[in-house]
Amino acid sequence: MSMLEAEGLCKAFGGIRALDTCSISVEKGSITGLIGPNGSGKTTMFNVMTGYERVDSGQVHFEGQSITNASPAKVFRLGIGRTFQLTRVFPRLTVLENMHVAVQRNDFIGLLGRWSSSHEQKRALELLDFVGLTALKNEPAGILSYGQKKLLEFAYILIADPQVILLDEPAGGINPTMVNYLTERIRALNERGVTFLVVEHNMEFVMSLCSKVMVMHRGTRIAEGTPAEVRSNPAVLEAYLGD
Amino acid sequence: MRIFKTVGLLVLLALAIVFPMLFPNPTVTTIAIFTLLFAAMATGWNIISGYTGYVALGHAAFFGIGAYALALMCQAWNVPGGYLPFLLVPVAGIIVIPVSALFGWIALRVRRHTFIVITIAMFFIVQLLAYNLRSITQGSTGLGLPIPIDWGGDFYNTPFYYVTLALLLIAIAISWWIRNSKFGLGLLAIRDDEDRAVGLGVRTVSSKLAAFIISAVIVAMAGAIWAYFVESIYPATTFDPNFDVAMALMAFLGGLGTLSGPILGAFILEPAQQYFAIYYGQSGYYLIVYGALFLVVIILMPRGIIPTVRDRWHQIQATRNQRRGELGLAITALPDKNASADVEKKEGINL
Amino acid sequence: MGLIVEAIITGVLTGGIYALMSSGLTLLFGVMEIINVGQGALVILGAYLSYVLEQDLHIDLFLGLLITMPVMFGLGLLIEFLFIRPVKGDRTMLSILVTYGVALIIEGILNLIFTANNIQLHAWYITASFDVGGFYLAYIYVFSFLLAVILLAGLYILLYRTKLGYSLRATIQNRTAAELIGIDVKRISTITFGIGIALAAAGGMGFGATNAFDAGSAYDLISRLLAIIIFGGMGSLSGALIASVGMLVIEDVTSVVWSPIWASTVFFILLVIILVVRPQGLLGQVEGRKQ
Repeated sequence: MSMLEAEGLCKAFGGIRALDTCSISVEKGSITGLIGPNGSGKTTMFNVMTGYERVDSGQVHFEGQSITNASPAKVFRLGIGRTFQLTRVFPRLTVLENMHVAVQRNDFIGLLGRWSSSHEQKRALELLDFVGLTALKNEPAGILSYGQKKLLEFAYILIADPQVILLDEPAGGINPTMVNYLTERIRALNERGVTFLVVEHNMEFVMSLCSKVMVMHRGTRIAEGTPAEVRSNPAVLEAYLGD
Repeated sequence: MRIFKTVGLLVLLALAIVFPMLFPNPTVTTIAIFTLLFAAMATGWNIISGYTGYVALGHAAFFGIGAYALALMCQAWNVPGGYLPFLLVPVAGIIVIPVSALFGWIALRVRRHTFIVITIAMFFIVQLLAYNLRSITQGSTGLGLPIPIDWGGDFYNTPFYYVTLALLLIAIAISWWIRNSKFGLGLLAIRDDEDRAVGLGVRTVSSKLAAFIISAVIVAMAGAIWAYFVESIYPATTFDPNFDVAMALMAFLGGLGTLSGPILGAFILEPAQQYFAIYYGQSGYYLIVYGALFLVVIILMPRGIIPTVRDRWHQIQATRNQRRGELGLAITALPDKNASADVEKKEGINL
Repeated sequence: MGLIVEAIITGVLTGGIYALMSSGLTLLFGVMEIINVGQGALVILGAYLSYVLEQDLHIDLFLGLLITMPVMFGLGLLIEFLFIRPVKGDRTMLSILVTYGVALIIEGILNLIFTANNIQLHAWYITASFDVGGFYLAYIYVFSFLLAVILLAGLYILLYRTKLGYSLRATIQNRTAAELIGIDVKRISTITFGIGIALAAAGGMGFGATNAFDAGSAYDLISRLLAIIIFGGMGSLSGALIASVGMLVIEDVTSVVWSPIWASTVFFILLVIILVVRPQGLLGQVEGRKQ
């Protein structure tokens, strides 16, 4: 059953067609991969699906509901989280404070109260423990290593209990041990019911983690299937090697 | 550590309260009043400029509006000199709310750099209006405020001192509360990465506006007290760009975005400025020295005193911890040592 | 009706002078992302320099520019190197404080040397005027407008026909990218600052010739210059040009049609309107990201 679906998305930047009638779908409970050579439009897909860019045409649906061109905040509140290629944390806030930015309190009085209630604190600490950053909880996030920032970003999205998480190159720029670690965390969450859509260049990462992989090239989807199928697909090989 | 802090603060508070009794000299208390006033203004200003990173350089407009509001109310309702005008100070603050809401709404729609310039321009607009709306402000003729004739020579400053101290304490309380609230966390997130904050559901538009309004109200109340203190106000003296500069420089010297920074900055700069004014007057020398002071402060201590001191302190702590080996533990905090066996190969381009 | 035409003409001509002063300001923002709130003080400094040359050395105002402009260019280089380059951190906000400090020092020095007396520049073409269909227009207005045209044309040529100009425009568009393709952004910044101040010298002469001034005139001036560059779009030269002429014309016409007192207010009302309708100014860049 398709949870997140993009149909016929088109997006042009000036003369460049970043997305050219691209359609992908993510099944509920899966870890789906999205790969493709540089410039194929993967990050643009993410941006468009999560509201950071407007589409020229096409639709995006989440659990049947249309979220085409919805604002990033709305998308987030509906339960779709995303990370960025260049990790974004709040450098001057502590790691713990970073966790709490995404915590939603929907009432006005909530805003006036202390920035962290005991319940929220507990949950934040749980998640920090989950990603292994507990010891650094009171350090300003700016001093974290790149890999640690990635974990933090991962964690602070989780605090909002998203149903779907879009990961943009989660394994990029971090050492193999950390990559393993991240893989484990993603699997653990997936077992708890979180759906993932992962954009990655690291083939080992994608192949070991994803049940279904989609391939993009020049703004559109050229192939999809299991990792093994995609690996041996001639169109895919040509896309990567041909250019 | 906590206990030292609390006790220290209580001692400071006690000193502040008995200050006029220890130093009854009117010159001294006048300087004290101005210092407390600017400390309150800088603290209020810090709420928008320091916490959100949207530096507003037009708040002197609200200072002036607060001043004129009080003067006009006293005139309209024939308020006699004495303690009554003080009761109208909060009213002056409330009057500023719709004005600042309007200004803030217009100004906050652009990015930070343009925002700064727009607030400057807005200040000049208000200044111009003060000159031109003669029917309301009496233009260059100025307005007078009620004079408390009962308060004899030495006593005169005392009520002003305590009211100003109260304003400072209120400003500190508000600033402190904001800093520790969810609202404040949102503001700080906006400062660090506004787009990301938006994406995470932080209500950036209303948060920034709220911070803007709150800071304007505090500054306006300071303006009202000031007006009453100086007894008569004119557009030139009330809408003075130097107030903006003072607020900014003080907050900045102490540490923009910290709670105590603006206060520290005010406590250093305002007495210094008063000293300069007394000894050099308004002549060219005064301007040259003041300007040079600016440059020295900004170039040598770009982040302000408190953050610089705090960093030093952390450095010392860190070295101490390193010797104890704690920092070593913190850095290699990757709990799960049971890595998957699969990814042993170094294949796969990671970047 | 005749008055309105006269107002439009004077508006356009004085607009030229303001274009000179504000182009430097907007250029500095575009290239260096700094807001030189000392531009007003520097313009006044230029005016005083022209005054000294004319009074003590009897050098014609326009010829004097051959001295004042290079001198101020050098001063600009010096100021940038000494005070702006070493600034670390939030450059825009700090640049405001730094240039304010510089402005204070300049104002202080001018105050000491020249005291607070109002002065005005003298030349035959300031007092002499010629008949333009019914009203008398002082020659100075036309001359300074021509000066503005020549200098701005020169600036245009610099920007679009020289390598330096190319580097400058690249830096305005994307500082980091410019650095990456080998443009010495620091040097460009310093030179730009020099250019901006040299333009201020010229503008100062024009301003001083058409207004009485003293050291304190800087405040009023900078407020107007800032309004102009916001209106035109910060960082856009054409915007500054259009805004200068446009706002001056509207101000002068308002002065005739309504009242001189409200004329200066209308200046700022225009500003507010543009901020509500189009916050980035006439020709300013729309920002994608607010950061």
